[in-house]
Amino acid sequence: MDIRKPIPTNGGDWNTKFGETWKAQTAKLRDKFAGAIEEIRMPVEYPTDVPVIYVKKDQIIDVLGFLKSEAGFEYNFLSDITATDEEADPRFEVVYNLLSHTLKCRIRLKVRVKDGEEVPTACALWTAANWQERETFDMFGIKFKGHPDLRRILMDERWVGHPLRKDYPLRGYQVFTEPMAAKPELLD
Amino acid sequence: MSKDGSLGYLTTRLDAVIDWGRKNSMWPLPYGTSCCGIEMMATLAADYDMARFGAEAIRFSPRQADLLIVAGIINLKMAPILKTVYDQMAEPKFVISMGACASSGGIFNVYSVLQGIDTMIPVDIYVPGCPPSPEGLMHAVLKLQDKVARHDTHAHRRIAAAAGKLIANPQRTQGA
Repeated sequence: MDIRKPIPTNGGDWNTKFGETWKAQTAKLRDKFAGAIEEIRMPVEYPTDVPVIYVKKDQIIDVLGFLKSEAGFEYNFLSDITATDEEADPRFEVVYNLLSHTLKCRIRLKVRVKDGEEVPTACALWTAANWQERETFDMFGIKFKGHPDLRRILMDERWVGHPLRKDYPLRGYQVFTEPMAAKPELLD
Repeated sequence: MSKDGSLGYLTTRLDAVIDWGRKNSMWPLPYGTSCCGIEMMATLAADYDMARFGAEAIRFSPRQADLLIVAGIINLKMAPILKTVYDQMAEPKFVISMGACASSGGIFNVYSVLQGIDTMIPVDIYVPGCPPSPEGLMHAVLKLQDKVARHDTHAHRRIAAAAGKLIANPQRTQGA
């Protein structure tokens, strides 16, 4: 079975519950951000659990801000920011998983970026984006424009490379025997 | 002491009586990083009670401990910290590597995990298991006590080497 091909499905429980909401929301998004949205994948047409909205890189903050505050959307909670290495052109997809506490449904936004391109930061919208973008940077090397403190968060700061890239070797150990001195500005 | 209660004599070597004291009063530093740490707590708690072997005084400062029990996975970001903790312990110091992860990296043969703590620090006893049962850790402590009693640990060899002496390994000289 080719998992990339659409498979017949009813979309699952979430689609039964939120299918109509999602249809109204995506229609409204298409009207509002006609130029910014590349593609929308809905649960029944694609093997996905929630709608996936592909947004152009430069407008992603506008779309996120709209989804966060607009009545009828209210995706006020940022579940996660992560990325995937597609080994294609453009190479990466940055993934934003949102949750609405009022409507109790989820939605997913994706931004396609080339290697070395910068994505605008979402720190102004959600404080939680700070660490999630640092993790995405650490694992994939995707830089976020305007991020206040884009350092590695999981790996050692002396680490070379980004381990979740597909071209990073699975057993690419980098062993450091001496601990790093604590930075004084981080100790207060 | 004689049977009638009067004081008698016992002759022994000084290093033997010192090692007798060491082996029966080990103060462990628990380095529990995952599920092996839970088994280590069970070993220390009342059911299994490691106090029976003199190893109940848990010290969270490496300056006060002489037995480092590495119980769990050591990832590469923690490896330099483990090395520092080990360096801070005073001689003689002994190391028990508890479980598959600490001994070899276990199932985690990936970029982020140290493939065995013996690539960083010398290890006296390895405990197999994932995680080992409390009996396994108790067996390791008893084995370590045997090794201390016959001066056959890394610490003894380091101290002897510093004094310019060689220690014969009783097991090896017996040819067993």
